[in-house]
Amino acid sequence: MAKPLTLFEKIWSAHEIHREDDGTSLLYVDRHFIHDGSRTAYNQLAKRGLGVRRPDLTFATPDHYVPTTSRAFEDVEGEDRKDMVASLTRNTRASGVTEFGLNDIRHGIVHVIGPEQGLSLPGMLILCGDSHTSTHGAVGALAFGIGASEVAHVLATQALWQRKPKTMRVVVEGKLGDGVSGKDLVLALIAQIGVNGATGHVIEYAGPAIEALSIEGRLTVCNMSIEAGARAGMVAPDETTFAYLRGKPHAPSGAEWDTAVARWRALRTDPGATFDREVRLDAGSIEPMVTWGNRPSEAIPVAAAIPDPAASDPAQRKLLGAALEYMDLRPGQRMTEVGVDYVFIGSCTNGRIEDLRAAAQVARGRRVAAGVKAIVVPGSGLVRQQAEREGLDRIFVEAGFEWRHSGCSMCLAVNGDTVPPGKRSASTSNRNFVGRQGPDARTHLVSPATAAATAVVGRFADHRSLTRQGG
Amino acid sequence: MGKFETLVATAAPMEARDINTDLIVPGRFLRRLREEGLGECLFRDLRFHEDGTPKPDFVLNRPPYRDAQILVANDNFACGSSREYAVYALYDYGIRCVIAPSFGDIFHNNCFKSGLLPVVLPEADVADLRAQAGTAQGKPFRVDLPSQTVTGPDGVARRFEIDAFRKKLLLAGQDEIAFTLSHGEKIAAFEAARAI
Repeated sequence: MAKPLTLFEKIWSAHEIHREDDGTSLLYVDRHFIHDGSRTAYNQLAKRGLGVRRPDLTFATPDHYVPTTSRAFEDVEGEDRKDMVASLTRNTRASGVTEFGLNDIRHGIVHVIGPEQGLSLPGMLILCGDSHTSTHGAVGALAFGIGASEVAHVLATQALWQRKPKTMRVVVEGKLGDGVSGKDLVLALIAQIGVNGATGHVIEYAGPAIEALSIEGRLTVCNMSIEAGARAGMVAPDETTFAYLRGKPHAPSGAEWDTAVARWRALRTDPGATFDREVRLDAGSIEPMVTWGNRPSEAIPVAAAIPDPAASDPAQRKLLGAALEYMDLRPGQRMTEVGVDYVFIGSCTNGRIEDLRAAAQVARGRRVAAGVKAIVVPGSGLVRQQAEREGLDRIFVEAGFEWRHSGCSMCLAVNGDTVPPGKRSASTSNRNFVGRQGPDARTHLVSPATAAATAVVGRFADHRSLTRQGG
Repeated sequence: MGKFETLVATAAPMEARDINTDLIVPGRFLRRLREEGLGECLFRDLRFHEDGTPKPDFVLNRPPYRDAQILVANDNFACGSSREYAVYALYDYGIRCVIAPSFGDIFHNNCFKSGLLPVVLPEADVADLRAQAGTAQGKPFRVDLPSQTVTGPDGVARRFEIDAFRKKLLLAGQDEIAFTLSHGEKIAAFEAARAI
């Protein structure tokens, strides 16, 4: 009998072109996404006089440096950003790569539009020069981030050298409570295993709570795999996946669809397959989460008090103390007592339609608290369009949120959307690092519903207490 | 692929764990051209005040470490973003080797492309090397790739592991894309078989 294999092992071996004696593999790349940070890679190719081997497998969109207040190229802030955005258009045109430009309704954050367009499919090896490429694993693909030199390498060869990572299964038992989202689940996981809890591993998420998640929820969970250090995160494709992908512009259609689904059904971890590590989590015990420190692992239930660093492992104490100082917080303080200045709803973590619906449900009929600047940045042009069809934009605008255009925006704050020094933000993004949203900005990671509740209350709030009372 | 063989140089200790690539090079510097150099952006907000004056306590601002070419760091060094500019910033500053118990996976891969050597050693060894770097007053460390050893001022050679494939490419300073293109027929055959 053949050795039982994990989902990861099946996809890995199906992409192995060649293996060196020491075990390093040359892998074939099915899909390569590039963005407006790919100028360095194209310049490397130009220096060598090389072109793009498979422009038909490569898709581009400018997401990092684009304005969210308009779709006009003139509004890209500053000459250096304009060059990043313009060079993507120039390079993709010259190399025959499809670009979803600023004025294309299909524009968006690369990790939102891949699944949305059906470009990210089960069983694929998907790469992009961005660490949150792990997102695409939610459809049953192996997807991970690479650096600029590797982007150049993939453009030139459609292949990548990789050492086979280890495997880790995260089994989430039980059922998430009402109002508890994929974001809360993944923050609870990272709080449990730490920011390097999965370093060197590919995570497969499994168990009833994962199976019950929508694709949007799975995309959020896989997105933040990298925040636990994982090389990638993935979920075996199932009926939810097939229903999501059916009819997507680049997904197979007709007889090809049936053939593809039959093939995708085999993309499951075989019974008896083993992982290098297994982690278990009980979904029922997870509460809406918020981070208080400067690592995504410093997450607590929104109703909880900030822990005392003195009670922690001595190796961590100094860092935790420094985080409290940077964040201007003290041990024992309740997050619900902490006021915010900015609220950001968007990003590749939480910029999808389901995220906007969850936030709008909380915002409906309420007002953003005085002194709080709240912005909603849809993850793509199509998400924005869908939200407008559902009237979500009006709910946000009437509540005092700004309704923006798609882009990475305030998640990494390189397009000009920044949080000023000393200001505090509740953000649905993925990193609460020192200076991430701007020098000396204080970032707290939350789910979209928690962000909306925090915007209207003016302090961190449990959104369930609002919606339970107000309906 | 950059070239690396042996290095005899000052090592700077950096104790904090989980140093992410945003700290190594903040996002606002990623729109510089590679050719402009990233050395002055290295650890920008840890190294300089907002007005550009150096923070005197930061390790690379202290006299024995200004010209350090080795960094002895801690667990999970360079986690986070995939930005290869983190490697460029270290390299352009003059760092040629980082020693740590573990690295962010993407950064670890990126290092080899520029000839920056990431050395993984057990936590206790790294702690010991960090302590030696702290008291050595600039006395050099030796990093030897052919024998896969790091030797601190105490004279003890510590052996580290590295993939044979990467070692071969680093020692030769082999361009990785050129090397892969020499496998062009295999890629084409694989591609053709998949298209059927």
